[in-house]
Amino acid sequence: MTTQTISGPHAVLQAQARWRTAEIAFWLATLLPFVLAPDYLVLASQVAIAALFVLSLDLILGFSGIISLGHAAYFGVGAYTAGLISVHGWGEPLSGLVIAGTASGILGYVTSFIIARFRHLALIMITLGLGLLLQEAANAASWLTGGFDGLQGIHTWPLFGRIDFDLYGYTAYSYALAVLFVVFVAARRIIHSPFGLALRGIRENGARMPAIGAPTHSHIRTIYTIAAVIAGLAGALLSQTTATVSLEALGFQRSADVLVMLILGGAGRLYGGLIGAVVYMVARDQFSGLNPQFWYFWIGLLLIGVVMFLPNGILGGLAFAAERLKSAARKRPPVSAP
Amino acid sequence: MSATAARMTALSTRGVNKRFGSLVVAADVEIDLPAGVRYALIGPNGAGKTTLINLMTGMLRPDAGHILLGDDDITALPPQARVRRGLVRTYQINSLFPYLSALESVTLAVCERRGVARTWWRPLTAYRDEVDEAYGILGTLNLAAVCHRPTRELAYGQQRLLEIALALAARPKVLLLDEPAAGVPRDESNDLFAAIAGLSRDITVLFIEHDMELVFRFASRVIVMVGGGVLTEGTPAEIAADERVRAVYLGERQRVGAR
Repeated sequence: MTTQTISGPHAVLQAQARWRTAEIAFWLATLLPFVLAPDYLVLASQVAIAALFVLSLDLILGFSGIISLGHAAYFGVGAYTAGLISVHGWGEPLSGLVIAGTASGILGYVTSFIIARFRHLALIMITLGLGLLLQEAANAASWLTGGFDGLQGIHTWPLFGRIDFDLYGYTAYSYALAVLFVVFVAARRIIHSPFGLALRGIRENGARMPAIGAPTHSHIRTIYTIAAVIAGLAGALLSQTTATVSLEALGFQRSADVLVMLILGGAGRLYGGLIGAVVYMVARDQFSGLNPQFWYFWIGLLLIGVVMFLPNGILGGLAFAAERLKSAARKRPPVSAP
Repeated sequence: MSATAARMTALSTRGVNKRFGSLVVAADVEIDLPAGVRYALIGPNGAGKTTLINLMTGMLRPDAGHILLGDDDITALPPQARVRRGLVRTYQINSLFPYLSALESVTLAVCERRGVARTWWRPLTAYRDEVDEAYGILGTLNLAAVCHRPTRELAYGQQRLLEIALALAARPKVLLLDEPAAGVPRDESNDLFAAIAGLSRDITVLFIEHDMELVFRFASRVIVMVGGGVLTEGTPAEIAADERVRAVYLGERQRVGAR
């Protein structure tokens, strides 16, 4: 037996919150596309935007147990807001980002009053309904949104007034990655805060929370609003870096895609969503290169395979394997015989 | 009556009624719990004991009547507001946070009580007092050694203790325990009740329990419920001698024996 020193209650909690080597390695690896795949920086920026969107869903679904099939609503509002202010003459990216995040946050806060009152199936229907509602509203308001043709004439000014958005995606990827990292650090902080613990409590047993004095609805409203802001930031990044917004930004397909990415990677683990976004977006790029009509077949296969064999997603599977290796190493006697 | 009324009343119900359709689950329930007393709530299955706890804690709304905590009418308050005022319950069937550790669960309850569970910009580890308090509560219930284990990995008896730990983290004035020893083997249930008996006398305790031996050992007074109403109330000796109580339980036993 290894000697386990019990050093009070704090050490274990502190260890949980510490930045791990694997995390630092992960973020260093996000810089690799600049060196290894400079032709794929546009794709990399799309991956970073998707990852930001998944991170937003992970905060509500993975950590708080609030399921959503209409999360694209907030992404879309962010995308259209950033697009619209650019079309109307203000293309400064950072302030555009803030305005877009505020707009989607307001929508998130308003809708959170409905969201907080429901769970499970009812919540799936409500979020789905909200998503469809918004998409149809955007379609109907074609004088504002451009309707089916999308928003025309978005022009994003240089970053900090000097760095142009280039065709190769250097600026786009740097910008999206920087925003992703900053938001990730904030999300990580939330998860390791008392509020983050309360969210996990809601996920684990929402019905029990009032019996320990927790204002469950208020907690849900807070995290739902935060998640809506993040989704809006992701949407804004997309319209700023691609200079287009179409109804697809609000569509059900996007809500479904982000859910698939999160489940692929592993919900409730912060990095799961990021890894899911990378796998999904790269797989889509590769599969659609093989056969543009057929790529969802492979995505379907991938999804079934992952859910059957890795019920906690790719990252959950990796964590499980690491745990098994560690415990196997622990069980081995200190001086092995042969 | 005047003897008990003279003491501070911690919790009382006034004419509480509740029906589910045609089924009466609470019929004019009038209960006064004097502060600091250990009360047992007994009665056959379906007598409305758990329903009464649900009504007292706000998990159910009464059709008529009032619930008073001290002198305050709390009938309209939601459950979490009652908890913050010191009316706390546990559950007959474990209702815990499976993937949180025991320490995290109790720390969460402490944070909610102290009103810091809304802060998302400071790390949990900065709240050393809250963690220490949670650890202390777990210590008094002999759970300190397993406090970092996920709840679902704890032994059943330890999970029952964790139910109580969660309740204590809310600093209850009145603690309602719904069959705290349900499913726990006899030798362990003695320890569990010893822990309950050891609670501060500032806490008024009402517990539902079927084991009469435990009731007579740990309760100073007993309330008997039948068919949603209070049949009688008294000291354990009075209840033991009461013919009506005996009839209720005898009937119950015969039914059980006939199965």
